[in-house]
Amino acid sequence: MSNNFLSWKANYDAKKERKGPFFTVSSVPIDPLYAPGHTAEIDYERDLGNPGEYPYTRGVRSNMYRGRLWTMRMFAGFATAKESNERYKFLLSQGQTGLSVAFDMPTIMGYDSDHPRAYGEVGRVGVAIDSLQDMETLFRDISLDKVSTSMTINAPASIIWSMYVVAAEKQGISANKLTGTIQNDILKEYIAQKSWIFPPDPSMRLITDIFKFSKEHVPKWNTISISGYHIREAGATALQELAFTLADGFAYVEAGVKAGLDVDDFAPRLSFFFNSHTDFFEEIAKYRAARRIWARHMKEKYGAKKEESLLMRFHTQTAGCSLTGPQPENNIVRTAYQAMAAVLGGTQSLHTNSMDEVLALPSEKAAQIALRTQQVLAYETGVVNTIDPLAGSYFMETLTNQMEEGAEEYFQKIDELGGVLGAIRENFFQQEIADAAYRYQKEIETNERIIVGINDFVNEGKDKIDLLKIDPEVELSQITRLKDLKQSRDNIRVQTTLSDLKEAAQGTDNLIPKIMDAVRAYATEGEMVAVLKEVFGEYREQAVF
Amino acid sequence: MNKELLDQWLARLFDRDRRATAKLISWVEDDVEREYIMRAVLKQTGQQMVVGITGPPGAGKSSLVEALTKLYRGKDERVGIVAVDPSSPYSGGAILGDRIRMQAHGTDRDVFIRSMGTRGHLGGVTRSTSDVLRILEGGGYGRLLLETVGVGQSELEIMQIADTVVVVLNPGTGDGIQAIKAGIMEVADVFVINKSDLPGSERMKNDIEMMLNLNCDGKAWRPPVVLTSVIDQNGLETLREKIEAHQLYMLESGQRDERRKERLRQEVWRHWKDRLQVTFENVWQVAQEKWGDLENGDSYELAGELWRRVLREDKWHE
Amino acid sequence: MNKTRIRVLVGKPGLDGHDRGAKVIARALRDAGMEVIYSGLHQTPEQLVEAAIQEDVDLIGVSVLSGAHMTIFPRIKELLKEQNAEDILLMGGGTIPEEDIVTLVEAGHAEALFTPGATTTEIVSWIRDRLEASKEVSV
Ligand code: B12
Ligand SMILES: Nc1nc2c(ncn2[C@@H]2O[C@H](COP(=O)(O)OP(=O)(O)OP(=O)(O)O)[C@@H](O)[C@H]2O)c(=O)[nH]1
Ligand SMILES: [Mg+2]
Repeated sequence: MSNNFLSWKANYDAKKERKGPFFTVSSVPIDPLYAPGHTAEIDYERDLGNPGEYPYTRGVRSNMYRGRLWTMRMFAGFATAKESNERYKFLLSQGQTGLSVAFDMPTIMGYDSDHPRAYGEVGRVGVAIDSLQDMETLFRDISLDKVSTSMTINAPASIIWSMYVVAAEKQGISANKLTGTIQNDILKEYIAQKSWIFPPDPSMRLITDIFKFSKEHVPKWNTISISGYHIREAGATALQELAFTLADGFAYVEAGVKAGLDVDDFAPRLSFFFNSHTDFFEEIAKYRAARRIWARHMKEKYGAKKEESLLMRFHTQTAGCSLTGPQPENNIVRTAYQAMAAVLGGTQSLHTNSMDEVLALPSEKAAQIALRTQQVLAYETGVVNTIDPLAGSYFMETLTNQMEEGAEEYFQKIDELGGVLGAIRENFFQQEIADAAYRYQKEIETNERIIVGINDFVNEGKDKIDLLKIDPEVELSQITRLKDLKQSRDNIRVQTTLSDLKEAAQGTDNLIPKIMDAVRAYATEGEMVAVLKEVFGEYREQAVF
Repeated sequence: MNKELLDQWLARLFDRDRRATAKLISWVEDDVEREYIMRAVLKQTGQQMVVGITGPPGAGKSSLVEALTKLYRGKDERVGIVAVDPSSPYSGGAILGDRIRMQAHGTDRDVFIRSMGTRGHLGGVTRSTSDVLRILEGGGYGRLLLETVGVGQSELEIMQIADTVVVVLNPGTGDGIQAIKAGIMEVADVFVINKSDLPGSERMKNDIEMMLNLNCDGKAWRPPVVLTSVIDQNGLETLREKIEAHQLYMLESGQRDERRKERLRQEVWRHWKDRLQVTFENVWQVAQEKWGDLENGDSYELAGELWRRVLREDKWHE
Repeated sequence: MNKTRIRVLVGKPGLDGHDRGAKVIARALRDAGMEVIYSGLHQTPEQLVEAAIQEDVDLIGVSVLSGAHMTIFPRIKELLKEQNAEDILLMGGGTIPEEDIVTLVEAGHAEALFTPGATTTEIVSWIRDRLEASKEVSV
């Protein structure tokens, strides 16, 4: 540290410091001032590079938002395919540039709407999709070669994706024109979201089958969205989100290679999904570090040759868990800051949460304000005018380096536990996350951390805003439609395709073509999952606290 | 509590009412009318043998209990399970996690699973574990299984409760050596090397067999070493058979009665300890009053003086 | 009657996978000296009620963030009735709109429901107070 810095420090220490806390959302302490001595000398070429150049710290495109803005992609879906279809058309008419489908719990877990386990859950937290028929309805009058569609589906991703591709086929659109993303990230299900169906090995096989099929037939599709979002929302810190997500990413790369693919054949289609929490600088540093780590490992460790394989492209969603029930309008403000962090961090697409996030699925009005928040950011604030404007800031570069170092330490631990699957088996991630979540809760309860409207600046009385309600009739009508379908389809063809699927599952052939055949026969998701469960079994977790 | 009411609950227990089974267990655990309840229960029970499953944390005890239960259910046996987890030494609370591992039997009314916290008791079980097993027997559960806390140390009270002790170890963990050091070898009636889907189990089996060669020379029962994998569903039927064989041996050799006699003695001793504990606490209360002006001196000195003051009064054992 | 330890079943019914809150609650109850049995995810109401009976818990605390609360709470309550186990209290929390809370509590389908922002301290004291009040009638 320079003398100059030390004398400032003496000055600072002589003054009174406000009660704090001076730590990040992730409980990392922050210094009052960052100066040249904080980081080792930054080598511009080695550590940052220009945007679009290795190691991509400053962004994955040379022109970033001056070329094209990020995709404003609002996650939506509820009730039936018909109602969600209307919401999508509304959102598109409002200037949204991509679709993002939320499915209901039965669809996420592989049950049809008429299954006893689906009772009370149909269409509640997303749209109910039982068969190709629902998928066709979901995109009625939306030309699938004109939009890019993201689908938040994991354990049964192979089935739902097949339905999408076949629905496009029915619209007369060939698979190689389709663009979009399926989440398809099973590792973070075991770690954080907990919507698993099959055990890890067969689940990984389904994923590599998708990689292979897509390479041949749906080349523009992002076959996986490796998700830190859920890990963060389950309670992880920013560093844990970064490290665990990248570790998952490397695990998929290794799985693809093990399945006989060349790294450059599938790595360009890997995409990521991060959270944006309220701690502005910490978040930006996280994105910058993520790009750099990914590029370095892909190049140096996995020997990727294609530039596209090195690029970490990611979607971002603002942090749902940061929002409050009381004074819901304050959430608009939080979301705006979080969105700005994501944009300064160079995200490729963005979902902004609605102010009613804590209370229910977003109402149309709340969703509109959230979308407008992005538009104000894009068109009014000017933060898009220059690329990676925080680069070179002592504070930002220090944080970015710390993120990278911390992540490398985690990678080492994970390796010692036998890689990501080993660490899952040992409950390593789960324990780390549970501990962080509990600490966060305690910090709020002891007022160490202030959340406006929760433990300070509280308003008496309840704030009322209008919420989206799901009509319980939705379940009945969905079940009726399903019954009709089961009567009207060619059930012999359904049975044949299902037993073909089962046979294929017992062997090693790519399952996607078999799933697509069953989809074309209007076999339901639940029927296909049931067949696969017979072969693959089911996963069970060992809960840790 | 009203004895008439209590008798009704006891009658319901013997009628196999699950609520009564559960409530009586709680009362015994909480020391509410424990003696009254247990005297009624012990009159009608004690026939069924207890299989105790012990081993280090995470060895797969609960998974094996679940798997065994499935086999017993296949033979239409009713299964009563007690699963013990450690209580927090700080708060006294506990998260009792074994039940999640036995989910397959969650709604089977012929399986009764009861989770217990150690509540400060050492030795891998709780103060009332053996009583609770007898209540389960009273409730009509003939196959009694006990899962201890994940332990590695030698203080193994399971010996005093179970007729058959199954020690579960894992390959490639150094469990074997630990077990030998901890004196687990002596308590095992059956060894299980679980997670045999992982590498190293054959080697571990050899190590244990070698130990047994040294230890079991000339003994009537040589503990079998069973390889199991709950994941691959391997070795489970063999485990069930070996347990069966041990129980038969216990009966035929008269060992079972021997162990029971010893157990009775131990239980009497435990009841004594409980009584003495109360007495001690009373003495301590009295001592508090005698504390008076005591302040100078080290703890030994003060303890001595206090002791003399209390003895002088000599009123505490009234 | 003097119960030394409060026993609670923390349950995750339905297909809901949101377990952050349930785990925080379970841990807080343990740290408050209670014995907590965690059901694990994806339980049916039948599984929860059977576990509650066998474990003789004082209280079932159910966490629902999947919007299925209007079917789940009444169903658990109904099963408790069928089993003559209504003395086991039913409460919970999660994403539950204010008016649904009123409906559920007024209909007796739940004793109390806590929503995001509730502190574990207030939940612990609610449980203690409520059980204190019902102790005398429990035998
Ligand atoms: C974190 C989160 C996630 C994480 C969950 C991680 C995990 N393992 O838990 C992730 C990102 C994986 C996720 C996924 C989804 N989520 Co989510 N998620 C949230 C979020 C942002 C916060 C929930 C949370 O954990 N908060 C922190 C904890 C501590 O609070 P809590 O659980 O509410 O608990 C407090 C109280 O409710 C109460 N409480 C809760 N349980 C209990 C139990 C007892 C016994 C007691 C006494 C009290 C109590 O006390 C706690 C302390 O204050 C909420 C919105 C929000 N801000 O509340 C949405 C929300 C719950 N999710 C929602 C949805 C729709 C989903 C998805 C279904 C989306 C989709 N279609 O794909 C998926 C599916 C997840 C699944 N597997 O079930 C909706 C539910 C809508 C509804 N019910 O009407 C919400 C409300 C967001 C929204 N507005 O759309 N989600
Ligand atoms: N690979 C493998 N894993 C197993 C096997 N049996 C159990 N496990 C896993 O080991 C972990 C611990 O299993 P449990 O049955 O909970 O072990 P436990 O001995 O009861 O654990 P505690 O009660 O916590 O001491 C779980 O993740 C099980 O899935 C097996 O045969 N093979
Ligand atoms: Mg166990």
